[in-house]
Amino acid sequence: MEIIRMIQSMGQGTAFAHFTLAHVIMLSLGVLFLWFGIVKKYEPFLLVPLGVGCILVNIPGTGLMDPGGLLFFNYQGIALVIYPPLIFLGVGAMTDFGPLIANPSTMLLGAAAHSGIFIALIGAKLMGFSIAAASAIGIIGGADGPMAIYVATKLAPHLLGPIAVAAYSYMALLPLIQPPIMKLLVPLEERKIAMGKLRNVSKREKIIFPVMMIFVVLILLPPIAPLISCLMLGNLIRECGVMERVSFTIGGVFLDIITVFIAVAIGSTMSAENFVNVQTLKIVVLGLIAFCCGSASGVLWARLMCKMSGGKINPLIGSAGIAAVPMAARVSHNVGLQYNKRNYLIMHAMGPNLAGVLGTAVAGGIMLTLLGVM
Amino acid sequence: MENITSPISGQVIKILTQVGQEVTEDTELVIIEAMKMENVVYCDGGTVKEIKVKVGDRVQEDDILVIIE
Repeated sequence: MEIIRMIQSMGQGTAFAHFTLAHVIMLSLGVLFLWFGIVKKYEPFLLVPLGVGCILVNIPGTGLMDPGGLLFFNYQGIALVIYPPLIFLGVGAMTDFGPLIANPSTMLLGAAAHSGIFIALIGAKLMGFSIAAASAIGIIGGADGPMAIYVATKLAPHLLGPIAVAAYSYMALLPLIQPPIMKLLVPLEERKIAMGKLRNVSKREKIIFPVMMIFVVLILLPPIAPLISCLMLGNLIRECGVMERVSFTIGGVFLDIITVFIAVAIGSTMSAENFVNVQTLKIVVLGLIAFCCGSASGVLWARLMCKMSGGKINPLIGSAGIAAVPMAARVSHNVGLQYNKRNYLIMHAMGPNLAGVLGTAVAGGIMLTLLGVM
Repeated sequence: MENITSPISGQVIKILTQVGQEVTEDTELVIIEAMKMENVVYCDGGTVKEIKVKVGDRVQEDDILVIIE
């Protein structure tokens, strides 16, 4: 009898005794993320660490997420809003804003693709979320992971996990979500349009742009200053031409490291206790609606611009108006290639895509300002 | 004679043709990696006269990759 009791108490000490159905669901989700990342190669940089984070927190009894645990400390990078500005610093250092400077009219597409944010906001309000929570959910539609985290920590910290997970997983799944919408809304002939070369953007313009943006954003939209100032600092380091080594490090190695940290941290919010509930399901559905509506309205605006420009703009670049850089631009490019294999839409799609980054930031800034959060 | 130029700035990761080869408009000549994507470069068809780049080269938009006769 003594032996059986000992075996029982050993069993109690392992994770098996504490597994519930919710844990099994979340662990399967973690494995699904790994599968999408490793087998399907959808943004493995995000999905692999995200999946591991999710698996780690759903094995009961490890204490990794308790105060003092490994994942608890990593999570502070999100909770204290340390990682998002660092990600923006790296993104700034690897991003060439040239396509946006060369073709400022693509700003309109970046703005149009953000209607998804407001549609999701209204949807969330109708589903009974508070206005602050609805705003944070809406921002998923901007497809900008760090921005979604930033806004969620300010407006709805209790919903941070589902919001971040929805934003990042839909970003990774863009190649599945967007093409059907694009093909539905753009007629075959317009998909084949090849676009002329972008004008050359001088070095001086590229240096002035980030400095100018710092002034504009910090004066007009101070709530998003932490993100935009880092983005523009990174970009200035890239473009100034005298910090090449730093620029490569920040835009490469440094960004990769922070991406692993932030993705694990997002994964670690996916504990069964926080996640398996109806609210999460609502957020996931609203996020998808936001992505779809944003892509659709970007494409429709691009069709309008196509007509107005006399057929010089390929409407496929419209869906790149959401902020997932450069994933959304790549989707536009790849869909374009299916119909005209010598059509290199990528740089043209980067224009609205970069405008989308600024657009999401502005939308977030407006929400934070209206709701009086600094 | 036709100069085939790079459509995008990036890095040459594969050269799929050789001097003297007869190519058609479906022949993949060079693959340039940019924005984490592989971009295939094609031409209108002809004979490859000269290849101006090698694997690993960084190219700018409009740099000549291959000369076709």
